[in-house]
Amino acid sequence: MNDSSERGKFGRYGGQFVPEVLMPALYELETGYLKYREDPNFQRELDTYLSDFAGRPTPLYHAKRLSREYGATIYLKREDLVHGGAHKLNNAIGQALLAKYMGKERIIAETGAGQHGIATAMAAASVGIASEVYMGVTDMKRQQMNVYRMELMGCKVHPVTSGSQTLKDAINEAMRDWVANVETTHYLLGSVVGPHPYPSLVRDLQSVVGREARAQILEKEKRLPDSIIACTGGGSNSIGIFYPFLKDDVKLYAIEAGGSGLRNTKTAALHSASLSTGSEGILHGARTKILQDEYGQILESHSIAPGLDYAGVGPELAYLAETGRIIPANVQDDEALAAFHELSRLEGIIPALESAHALAYLKKAEGELEDLIIVNISGRGDKDLKSVMELQR
Amino acid sequence: MKDVSEAFTDKKALITYICAGDPKIDATEAIVEALIRGGTDLIELGLPFSDPIADGPTIQAATQRALKEGMNPDLFFKLAKKLPGDVPYAVMTYYNLIFHRGIERFVRDCKESGISGIIVPDLPPEEAGELHETSMRYGVHSIHFIAPTTRRERIERITRDASGFIYLVARLGVTGAREDLKEETRSLIERVKTPIPKAVGFGISTPAQVREVIRSGADGAIVGSAIVEIIAKNKDNIRRTCEEVERFTRRLKEGITG
Repeated sequence: MNDSSERGKFGRYGGQFVPEVLMPALYELETGYLKYREDPNFQRELDTYLSDFAGRPTPLYHAKRLSREYGATIYLKREDLVHGGAHKLNNAIGQALLAKYMGKERIIAETGAGQHGIATAMAAASVGIASEVYMGVTDMKRQQMNVYRMELMGCKVHPVTSGSQTLKDAINEAMRDWVANVETTHYLLGSVVGPHPYPSLVRDLQSVVGREARAQILEKEKRLPDSIIACTGGGSNSIGIFYPFLKDDVKLYAIEAGGSGLRNTKTAALHSASLSTGSEGILHGARTKILQDEYGQILESHSIAPGLDYAGVGPELAYLAETGRIIPANVQDDEALAAFHELSRLEGIIPALESAHALAYLKKAEGELEDLIIVNISGRGDKDLKSVMELQR
Repeated sequence: MKDVSEAFTDKKALITYICAGDPKIDATEAIVEALIRGGTDLIELGLPFSDPIADGPTIQAATQRALKEGMNPDLFFKLAKKLPGDVPYAVMTYYNLIFHRGIERFVRDCKESGISGIIVPDLPPEEAGELHETSMRYGVHSIHFIAPTTRRERIERITRDASGFIYLVARLGVTGAREDLKEETRSLIERVKTPIPKAVGFGISTPAQVREVIRSGADGAIVGSAIVEIIAKNKDNIRRTCEEVERFTRRLKEGITG
């Protein structure tokens, strides 16, 4: 955890905008993390979980037919093969273990698509700690099987009925729970958002993706890639793969959900493109780029991919976009859907709708991308089959 | 304009919270008058934010009603200007609305509309520098929080910079009416030693609780959700709301004085 010179700031982004009651818990988490990060027992246990439980390292796969289609050499980082079907477990297992080392009795989390909820339930069950997950009822309806998966693993799922009943409201509700139970409970935040130390902690845990990808591409191609493409909601899979390449001459594309167009109504955005179109503000404890109205009320966001459907983005990504180190772009629902079908057909890999946004950029940017490309397949698409089928009808 | 500190001059203070614009934009003035008739010493006016993470279901619902009615910061300050000057006012809102309006402009708007205190539950001292400094320059109090989890060195730091009054969070958790008053509340009141008035809020909802916190050494008691519940119950009948709010406020005030 570095870069965060002054209380977790990335340039002017980040920080800790939370109720006073939580401040001691954030200090405790930071201290605990810095301590156990150096603890060989903790590290050994985490490495074992990552290899034997999560199934790491994940392959870097040369997608030949996709490569031929786009006239480039395209590799896929196969986070869809992580236990549970998404990169989310990398972070969840690390935080669950940390919570246990810190003596917490209970883990709470929020979930949008259900992927982080499942990762939390899996991680909590495997390290042996109680878990409860907050999920908007709109998302619960969209992802019924994921709710059942969490319950099977002994996790209690709390329906959230406030606001837009999606991820943003689930985070609000989890924060309220945390405020009330802060002494016994660890809040397992699922992305690189929220107050310091979360953006740094989650980034560090997810950067295993980029470390592996870097070693793998050097082994296979004897050089670094020209470009890396990753979808970006809160931004944990993108910063995870980008981070070990930040100092290299590699173009890093953060692809946001363009939804059904980059327009807003009075209370809602038709997209989730906070890096590309948002403005500076404070959401869920961090200063970052957010979707807000003329007065600073948070807009509801939209995406076909529930994991990208969020009105904010990690503060470090906001900073990296501002300094020009990463390139924000976006693709719309229908482009992502086309890419979802294309990868399934060409490669026999059904990507998550979130990851399909990264894939869709191959087409959108055709000609602009140089030869050697890595696309982060952050998750598999099984969870999305029902909604894609419904759209098809 | 009365200064928030006047609420504590030679007396213990009853502080009441309502969300501006709940249940209707034009009901707020009448409800404020009812609070004043009931004997409130200070009114905390909520400026509704879409994602109020420190508030429980009661105030969250009030916030959503007010937003639906079209309450916004422009209307809020216009409304605040019209309110009777019998008591001091503080605004309670979340930091994004202040940040978005511009800190200087927000503080100036407070000053010009008769609001002498700013209460921001998602702004710990680590991030509050600019708002505190600007508020001081305008002679507006930026109110600090101390929670049951706040440790001693931190309490000392917070009380050192405090102004107006200190908001003691009675318990872990969000706002909302609760029945019991825990030992942790009493110990918190004792632990915080400062010449600045200490007001206790979060979960204070009955005259008996008001009496208890005052007897435990607090200088003020803050009641929000219990009043908002009355407003929610009678939202189609403002006259009835006002009668009940006045009656309830009077009973709370007896907890202060009796």
